[in-house]
Amino acid sequence: MFSKLKLVWLVAGRELRDQFRDWRVLAPMLILTLCFPFLMNEFAKQTVDFLNQYNADLILERLVPFSIMIIGFFPITVSLIVALESFVGEKERGTIEPLLSAPLDDWQLYFGKLLVGVATPLLASYVSIGLYLFMASRQRLEMPPAPVMVQLFFLTTAHAFLMVSAAIVISVQSTSVKAANLLASFIVIPVAILMQGEAVMLFWGNEQVLWLAVAGVMIIALLLIRVGLAHFQREYLLGREIDVINLRWLWRTFWFNFRGGAGSVGFWYRNVLSAAFRRILPAVFFTVLIAGVSLWMGYDWIMVNTAETIALASPEDLQKMEERVRELPDLEAIRDSISAPFLFLNNTRAVAVIFLAGLVSFSVLGILLYMVNIGLIGGIFALLQLLGVQPWPIFLAGVVPHGIFEIPALMIGSAVALYFGAALVTPQTGKSMGEVIIELLADWAKIFIGVVVPLMAIAAVIEAYITPGLLLNVLGS
Amino acid sequence: MIETQDLSKQFHDFMAVDGVNLSVQSGQILALLGQNGAGKTTTVRMLTALLQPSRGWARVAGYDVVKNGHDVRASVGVLTEQHGLYMRMTAIEYLDYFGQVYSLSPSARKTRSDNLLEYFGLAEAAHRRIGEYSKGMRQKLALARAMMHDPGVLLLDEPTSAMDPESARLVRDEISRLKSASRTIIICSHNLTEVEALADKIAIIYRGRVLLQGTLDELKSQVLGAPEYEVKFTEAWNSTGLELPKDVEMLSQTPTSLKVRVKRPEEMNPQILNALSSKSAPVMAFQEEARTLEQVYLKVMADAKGREHVQ
Repeated sequence: MFSKLKLVWLVAGRELRDQFRDWRVLAPMLILTLCFPFLMNEFAKQTVDFLNQYNADLILERLVPFSIMIIGFFPITVSLIVALESFVGEKERGTIEPLLSAPLDDWQLYFGKLLVGVATPLLASYVSIGLYLFMASRQRLEMPPAPVMVQLFFLTTAHAFLMVSAAIVISVQSTSVKAANLLASFIVIPVAILMQGEAVMLFWGNEQVLWLAVAGVMIIALLLIRVGLAHFQREYLLGREIDVINLRWLWRTFWFNFRGGAGSVGFWYRNVLSAAFRRILPAVFFTVLIAGVSLWMGYDWIMVNTAETIALASPEDLQKMEERVRELPDLEAIRDSISAPFLFLNNTRAVAVIFLAGLVSFSVLGILLYMVNIGLIGGIFALLQLLGVQPWPIFLAGVVPHGIFEIPALMIGSAVALYFGAALVTPQTGKSMGEVIIELLADWAKIFIGVVVPLMAIAAVIEAYITPGLLLNVLGS
Repeated sequence: MIETQDLSKQFHDFMAVDGVNLSVQSGQILALLGQNGAGKTTTVRMLTALLQPSRGWARVAGYDVVKNGHDVRASVGVLTEQHGLYMRMTAIEYLDYFGQVYSLSPSARKTRSDNLLEYFGLAEAAHRRIGEYSKGMRQKLALARAMMHDPGVLLLDEPTSAMDPESARLVRDEISRLKSASRTIIICSHNLTEVEALADKIAIIYRGRVLLQGTLDELKSQVLGAPEYEVKFTEAWNSTGLELPKDVEMLSQTPTSLKVRVKRPEEMNPQILNALSSKSAPVMAFQEEARTLEQVYLKVMADAKGREHVQ
């Protein structure tokens, strides 16, 4: 194993030496590392003086951790440049072929490039943070507590891994450095938004949420590494010289996979759709499990938090809550506006949104949305119990009739999102990443059109025309 | 050794290599000839396990290129079309780096790189950055890299294209030495004179297909027919009554020369000379008409294009 890891270091070491011989990489890194802490320190000094006039202690307290996060981030931006050109740059310079012809495994090449992308910028980042902390301590600015420092260390490291792993995926899939640089906006913009969110959390002082952010960023980085490795193909790196948008090929591939050679709708349902369904079956199993967990979580959360709120509420608060409930629209009055097409569109849109959210996050966001949807049922169940209402009759009358169709449709729709993410991080020999994505989209379209839409349509009709009547009967009794 | 059967590669709708069958034994050199884009590089890339065949199979140094890609790459030395040199490295660093990639011991790396640099006349420039090298020096260094781990199989794309005659000669000598040392070698080249001098077998590729392969003599005989010989006389001579053997065809005749096509020269040529001698012909010279690989290549290409035009 050691000899195999040695080859990873060999790939990284050569490039590191190359970097240190290139003033165009060194100069910005040195400037960002050494000059930015001074600027930030001056900014902090001015801000402290300004805030002291208004006794804004909380902001002052959070200023140093915020500055550390920003200072740590700037040298990391260099990692993007290094990682973006890691494979495609070598391809453009013509140095990739001897390397690919050498007895190096894919993972050795990949991790070598990952290491070189992360190592120098991260080192620069730590040096920069250290320099800033030294200056801040000399000015007697309040230092963040140790747990926050640890958190910032992990956050900075996670940012570097996230950016480098995403940049290497782009580098492997691009045909030119120019294209890779343009595609980098798909990294820069989300990371900028992420950092704004993290800054808010930092000022808010919600350290638990910040830990979740660290974990989330690391999970996405690991998934990106997995995606990069799964779709790392020597053939792809060498075989494609130019990128052209071949809409005809895209459509043909999609249609070929969607239709699956079927001549009739019956054949399509029996063979093509059923084959796609068999593929997502393990994912369906997982979504059923996740549904159970979500139901319990929704139920438990309401039971714990709402019960406590109700128990601690004053008679005035309870009075206000009762008034608000009375202000809710009458079910009979809104019955006409909740038409079957409205419900159908609303529900199918929800499944589509789950898929789209999953598409951009390796299923993570999609499954979270699914959990919220299912969790709501558990929550409502608990709420009814807390209000002293028998939940089962309401549940049987208000959810079950259309839920028999709607909930499986939601589960199957979400299972495709889960399957999409899992398939994307799984190696698929002989296929480019584009082909894999098109095939997955075709699978999603098959399930969505063939299963989700019909089930949602039936559910919408029942929900619009049968459920309200049953619910009114139960509520009336 | 290298062996392929129905080796094919398709990129979407484009068939880059179509049903190539090759067999190169240890101590043999095969030259792949063809226009740019004929499929030579794609074939070589399949043989180095860089591209996966769409159809067929290939075994290199006893390893299957699909199942044992890592072993294939460890057994092969490749000189690529683009030399793939790291310009900021020195030659000695570069060879040492690839020596490490191929898991050579430090002492083996030092010995090999010193010897190769010395042989290719790069020893003096060994500590200079590769970026400062001339085109020919870069090519020699790339070739040294391909030979660094002393591979059993060498795949060389245009090994002397950028070199001066002296360096090209050095490289040719080294390739011949490697052949004698039982290495299996494939050369892709447009330099037909070089191919004639080095190759044991030649394969001509056109649009991904091997149109013709064999030894140089076999190709000449297949494409240009039986060899032609010219007899020159010291003075005008009347050849009336000259009886040539059955398998010899008279092509042209002048008072001072005649030209014949001979199907089995080893058998027929002595008989021709006997016939001339019996008629007291004043023979000054009896020599084979020079027929080059270039003639073979151009004819094969012209025929292929002609067939395509008709279709």
